[in-house]
Amino acid sequence: MEIIEHFLYTKEHEWVSIEDNTGTVGITDYAQQALGDITYVELPGVDKDVEQFEQLLSVESVKSASDIFSPVSGKVIEVNEDLVDDPSILNRYCYDKGWIVRIEISDADETSNLLTADEYRNYLASLDRNDNGESLEE
Amino acid sequence: MAHRTPLYQHHVSLGAKVVEFGGWDMPLQYPDGILKEHEANRKGCSVFDCSHMGEFIIDGAADVTGLDRIVTQSLNDQPVGSCRYGFALNERGGTIDDLIVYRLADKKWMVVVNAANIEKDAAHFRANLKGLSVFSDVSFSTAKLDVQGPLSREVLMPLVKGIERLTHYTFGEFDVLGEKVIVSRTGYTGELGYEIYYPWSRASRLWEAVLSDRRVKPTGLGVRDVLRVEVCYPLYGHELSEDISPVQAGLRRFVDGTKDFLGRAALMEEEKGGPVQKLVCFLSKSRRAPRQGHFLYTADDVQSGVIASGTFSPALGVGIGMGFLKKEFTSNAKEIIFGDTKFRERAELGSRPFYKEGTLKN
Repeated sequence: MEIIEHFLYTKEHEWVSIEDNTGTVGITDYAQQALGDITYVELPGVDKDVEQFEQLLSVESVKSASDIFSPVSGKVIEVNEDLVDDPSILNRYCYDKGWIVRIEISDADETSNLLTADEYRNYLASLDRNDNGESLEE
Repeated sequence: MAHRTPLYQHHVSLGAKVVEFGGWDMPLQYPDGILKEHEANRKGCSVFDCSHMGEFIIDGAADVTGLDRIVTQSLNDQPVGSCRYGFALNERGGTIDDLIVYRLADKKWMVVVNAANIEKDAAHFRANLKGLSVFSDVSFSTAKLDVQGPLSREVLMPLVKGIERLTHYTFGEFDVLGEKVIVSRTGYTGELGYEIYYPWSRASRLWEAVLSDRRVKPTGLGVRDVLRVEVCYPLYGHELSEDISPVQAGLRRFVDGTKDFLGRAALMEEEKGGPVQKLVCFLSKSRRAPRQGHFLYTADDVQSGVIASGTFSPALGVGIGMGFLKKEFTSNAKEIIFGDTKFRERAELGSRPFYKEGTLKN
């Protein structure tokens, strides 16, 4: 399970990479594996305002739909249009070409609510221990 | 705890994601994913463990035993060695189950039913058959492998000598790895395919033998659902239920209206007056998939129906679905809209089946 060291993470398996005041947001390797073949991404509109941990968009795999939550508060300033025609980019390159949106961060202090790579790694390990073979199917 | 098929350990060791379906722990998908499994079925050969499904044996003439009154399809003119699809109905014309009847001999039948309905169906058959001695539920001693796809005949030829003589919806008794068993040319994917009924305790051998051909890929219930929606086959609990009749589901052709059967009066009445809802098949204008429980809407955003099944179609590259349109909206609908509380998506009505290149009758 790949985890990028300098990214921050949520317990819902989103990542954010912060440069200056801009957060690039995507889903983690764990998320894309759990979802399976991703077939549709509903991108938010540019200029959409979001709160931290509020629903940002949804992605669909063949047999299920899942909400993706925003790791930070702010305004959506760019979306990855490549995902519209080829959502499988999310399965293949979830940490780079598979970025989903860029957000202009409104409250930098909120990043203290996120997990570091180490914390996320420990969190995944704790999920593994509690794994009951839960289904993502609706 | 959920039931397990005799192949459960095989699924686990192949790394399958296991989910409960109809009271059974079943493989949803294997590690390569649903898209790869889809391709295997449509282009090559795939195998499904369908041992969860139910099988009943009925001994005796269709009219004497009362079997003819329980199912909607015509049995009197059904040739020995053929299969017929139909329904058992409740007194309101709703569907107790959809099922396939195999005529094993002049006076011997096998009825194949849905896993989730085995107990309910067995009780219904027992209550309506004349004399209990004629009925046996062999569901838990009968495994079933579905070998499906354009290459399925070629794959099975060494295992099932003479399989090439089977035409669509017929079956025969064959020697398969030393067991005398029923093999039918039937399936649920719209492709050429076979179902092998096999002794529960020996099912592992058959599974391993089928998979020893490297062209065969194990496939799970996830892709099975995608494949059946692509060819607009109903699934009990979605397009059919105790409250949904075959007339509403557009499956009237599997009901022989000239004979007497349980539920006939209500069904004929419904047909005369026109059903309160009618199944439609529709294609999303995007890759977004309709989902069961979402709704259909008119252009004016009036809720016009509910979605019974939906999925992304790998074959067509768009979302596809089936749903029930309320009677008052059936006449003028060409374009429809689907969605839920969060979104709306445009769709157009499609003709059955969505996927038209199936090798079913090759």
